[in-house]
Formats: sequence, structure tokens, C-alpha cells
Amino acid sequence: MRSSQVLSESLRTSDVTNRHLKRRQRLDRAAEALILVFASIAMAIILLIFVYVGREALPLLWENKEGASVAATFAPPVVWQPVSTNPRYNVFPLFLGTLKVTLIAMLIGTPLALAAALYTSEFAPVRVREWIKPGIELLAGIPSVVMGFFALIVLASWLQGQFGFDFRLNALNAGIALALAIIPIIYTVSEDALNAVPNHYREASLALGASKIQTAVRVVFPAAMPGIGAAMILGFGRAIGETMIVLMASGGAAIVSLSPLDSTRTLSATIAAELGEVVFGGGHYRVLFFIGTLLFLVTSILNWVGDRYNRKMRLKLFGAE
Amino acid sequence: MNAHPDVTIQVTGGGSGTGIAALIGGTTDICQASRPIKDSEKEELHTKRNLDTVETPVALDALAIYVNKDNPINSLTLEQAGKVFRGEVTDWKDVGGKPGKIVLYGRDNSSGTYVYFKEHVLENKDFPPAYQALPGTGAVVDAVAKDKAAIAYGGIGYAKDIKTLSIAKSAGMPPVEPSMANVLNNSYPISRQLFWYTAGAPQGAMKSLVDWVLSPEGQMIVKEQGFYPLKGE
Repeated sequence: MRSSQVLSESLRTSDVTNRHLKRRQRLDRAAEALILVFASIAMAIILLIFVYVGREALPLLWENKEGASVAATFAPPVVWQPVSTNPRYNVFPLFLGTLKVTLIAMLIGTPLALAAALYTSEFAPVRVREWIKPGIELLAGIPSVVMGFFALIVLASWLQGQFGFDFRLNALNAGIALALAIIPIIYTVSEDALNAVPNHYREASLALGASKIQTAVRVVFPAAMPGIGAAMILGFGRAIGETMIVLMASGGAAIVSLSPLDSTRTLSATIAAELGEVVFGGGHYRVLFFIGTLLFLVTSILNWVGDRYNRKMRLKLFGAE
Repeated sequence: MNAHPDVTIQVTGGGSGTGIAALIGGTTDICQASRPIKDSEKEELHTKRNLDTVETPVALDALAIYVNKDNPINSLTLEQAGKVFRGEVTDWKDVGGKPGKIVLYGRDNSSGTYVYFKEHVLENKDFPPAYQALPGTGAVVDAVAKDKAAIAYGGIGYAKDIKTLSIAKSAGMPPVEPSMANVLNNSYPISRQLFWYTAGAPQGAMKSLVDWVLSPEGQMIVKEQGFYPLKGE
């Protein structure tokens, strides 16, 4: 009875609705096209940047200016000394430095970010959560140069005062500052992942007699694992590419050592510090662009993998993207 | 600028070599350099533009060697400084200080100061891997002020809350402070002239600019920026 009434009503207004609908569809299509154009422009810009950076590095394959070649970037001696009567371009000390600082940042940042995410998504009362979430996300808004300055002036003095390190500026100092930069990324992405776990997971677990902590750690956390993996990968990518913090806080000595307490020089900081004065098109210039290409590739791959993980999780939880 | 509203000056950064290359290429009228122009560069300018290089010293600069205020050392010989910065001497006790590791700081290799220091103190040999390159002389001074084991170098104008060492030209010679008087009489060993270069004698607005920098007003600004005026006070 009710349905036939609706039907007849809709039949009466069908003309109006039809016109309305068509206009809306046209608008939708226009918006879609616009978004496609902007997205393509963004993609094209990224592609062009990559082509440019790669093109500047490419002549390294056949040129050998001032002893700079692809082979020289990994040939012994393991020394980065590009401004010299006998320049040496081995990038291993820089690679090691980047890895060292990134790992320290991950070791400090990941547990903190994940614990905070688990707390806000599973335990925190709404009012507390409304303060913590924006607070952590605000960290992402602090310019990295400010973070670097803080590490250079304040953190380094504090660490040296507490522990009396030989090197005031070292990988640990930079790693801690870098952890502050990646915490918001890991936190935001993993918090989203935890929130995306459907409630019936929790309800089922609680109904079986599990405590709240057991539910959070053994049910919700594993269910959100791909998303958390993505969060960590994205954090790692950010840490590898971060420049200003490491430039200011790591000390900048290209020492080959595994100690977190030694002064360290990273790939990104090297580009930032040295590119300003190199001879355009010279050997040193090419090597710096080569390093840039490597960094670009590594961060792109990490971002791509992180995105894949995120999708996988949605697929697992909801059966669709 | 106020006296010549019709003239605009555009300053582009870069090292001494960048400026001289621009002068040779004819893309600038005047360039600054913290090292004297090379003969090969003079020749290039002559063949390319058929003009002679005109050199105008405009200021004096002393490179000071900085240590922490609490460091008991007051002087080094030039040779000792070279050994320290080449990483051949790594303990303060070997240069007459309290036993302890020496921590090296300085500028990045993009800096003219780095190159000058390397040429004149390290005798063009390399800094060791443990040499810490910081992004600016301000950061270097801050590090030295807070690090008791530190040694670094930089323009005399930047020294604040740190100790600048007296330098002896060689062992047995008296150590000399990096003061204005000692730079003027050439007894301080790590000082240099800063130059302006033009292609041919400066004319017109260019001449006014060069005259101005050499005038008491221009030299006053030289002093304010932490360099030493050519003729002292």
C-alpha cells in the first residue's frame, strides 16, 4: 500500500527529478574531470622532477670528471672527501649515517607512536582523546628547521650534560629530534588503522571473556597490522628523506662507525650542505644528483609499499577498498 | 643606494670562483673574492673580453682559531694547528693542553672559509673523517662555546663567548693575537685580503661604488660586518 503511494508520487514528479538528476550528473562529471586534471598535473610534476634529477646524474655513467663516476661512489677507500686535491666520492659513510639516524629515530619513535595510537583508539575517554590527537598531530606542523635548531642548541647540551658524550652533536641527538618528526606520521596512520577495525571484533573478544587489554593487544592490534606496517614504512620514508634536522643536529662528520654516539653525516644533509657551491655540471655536482636520485627512488618505493599495505588491510577488514 | 636612485645593485651568492667566472663571462660588472685572482683567470678574461683585470682590495679578514673558554691553551704554532685539523694530533696533551680528545668543528666544504683554511693551515691536505662540518659559522661558535674539547676556525667577527688563539708562524716565534693591529702589520699568519674585481678600470656608477667602499663610510660598514678596514681605525 505504502510503496504504491510512493511510486505514484514519484511518477508525478519524475519529470522534475529527471532534469534535476541530469544536471547533477553533469556537475559530478565536471568535478571528476577537474580532479583528474589536477591529479595528473601533480603526477606529471613529480615525474618531471624525477626525470630532471636523474638526467643531471646520468652523465656520471660515462663521464669521469675529477674522478667522479658511478664506480667511484662505492670504490675504496671508504671516504667521502669531495673537495680535495684527490677527491673521493664513496657514499658508504653517508649511507651508513642515514641508516643509523633513521633506525634510531624509528626505535624511539615507533613504540611511542604506537602506544599513543593504541591508547587513544582503545582506552582513552573521549575528552582525553580530543586533546591528545590534535596535540600529536600539531607536532607535524612544527617546521623541521625549528626542530633541528632545538636539537642543535638545547637537546645536544642536555644530552652531553647528562652523559658526557665525546661528540656533542651525534647520531643519537639527530635521531631523537627526527623521532619527533616521524611520531605524528606513524601515530596518525596507525590510529586510523586501529579505528578502522570493526567493532564486532572487540565485542566478540569481550564476550568471550577477554579483558580490555587482551582485546586491544591480541585482537585489535593484529587485525590492524597491515595498516600499522604501512604507518611504519611511511615514517621510515620520511626519516630517510628528512634534511634540515640531520643537517643541524648530527654533527656532519662522515665517520664510518656503528656507534650512535659518533658524529654522523647523512645523504640528504650532504646534498643540502654541498650543492650550493659546486661547479655546475662538474663531478661533485653529478655525484650529489646521483645521491638525490637514490634517495628519490628509496622514498618512492617505500611510499608505494606503504600504500599497498594500507589497501591490503582495507581489503582484509571490509572485503573492498 | 639613496645617493644613486637610478642604479640598482643585484647581489648573487656563490664562492669566489663563481664570481670570477661570471666576470669572465660578462654576466656581472663586478665580483667579490676572498682569494686573489689566478693568472689563468686573468688571461681568460683578457682573451674573451680584451680587458685587463683590475683588483681592488676592500677589506681585511682574520681567520681565528676558536677554542672553549675553559681550555687552558692560549696559543698554537701554525704547524700544530695544521696537525690538529688534519687529524694527526688527536689529544690535547700533545699540544700542551689537558689530556683529552680533540673535537674538530668547522664549515662545510661549500664555504670559502673552508677552502682558505684548508689551503693555508692544512697545506691543502684533507680534514679527517671525524671533522664535523656545521651549516654556518654561528652554529660553529655555539658548538665551541658549549664543548670543552672543541677546536674550530672562523672569521674573527663571529667570535663570541669563546677564546681565540694566538698563532705563531713557526716554533720559536712569538704567538700573535688576531687583532686589527696584527693583521694590518701582517704579523698574524692566517689573515687575508678581500677583493673586488672589475674588467677594466671601474667607470660611472661602478666607480662611485668602488670609491664608496674605500671611503670612511664604506670602511665603517666593513668594520661593522666583522672584518677589518684596510687602513685600521
